[in-house]
Amino acid sequence: MTLTGLPLWATVPATLLLIAGGLLTLTGSIGLVRFKDFFARMHPPTMGTTLGTACVLVASMLVSSALVHRPAVHEVLILLFLFITAPVTAMLLMRAAFYRSGARRHVND
Amino acid sequence: MSLVLDYAVWFASLCFVVAMLCALVRLFVGPHAQDRVLALDTFYINGMLSLLMLGFRAGSAFYFEMALLIALFGFASTIALAKFLLRGEVIEP
Repeated sequence: MTLTGLPLWATVPATLLLIAGGLLTLTGSIGLVRFKDFFARMHPPTMGTTLGTACVLVASMLVSSALVHRPAVHEVLILLFLFITAPVTAMLLMRAAFYRSGARRHVND
Repeated sequence: MSLVLDYAVWFASLCFVVAMLCALVRLFVGPHAQDRVLALDTFYINGMLSLLMLGFRAGSAFYFEMALLIALFGFASTIALAKFLLRGEVIEP
């Protein structure tokens, strides 16, 4: 186990952030199962994609910085990439669902 | 104090595994194709997060690179599937 002997300034925020991230992601995925409509189902997983992933990656940054005794910020890469790509994915999927549901014809008429 | 962090890592791993199971249920049940694509999107995000939890427990930097690759390829696959649903073709001439 490599997590022994970490300083307190890294352990307490990392614990809280990990619990928050896990709960947020789990809530988002349960919402993906339970919601009725596809357009309602678009919303909950984005909570886990953005906020849950951000919590987990900030916790990872804290722990790896404490492990190597210098600031380690390479997790920002994943965070930045996900924050850029999540709206693109959501918008393309929404347009595809909108097109396939036939709502476009009603709007154009 | 590190024991608490260890338990938090276990709890988060459990949350991500249950979230992956939820996404898998939507992947198999989903009435339309776009539901399945959305479930796949959620599934790879949760898989990436549980891989990061494995990296936490191992203390290795390789898991971070695997997570970055999963994020990249998952984005590309979701965009390709959404484009296919939208236009019936991925790369148009």
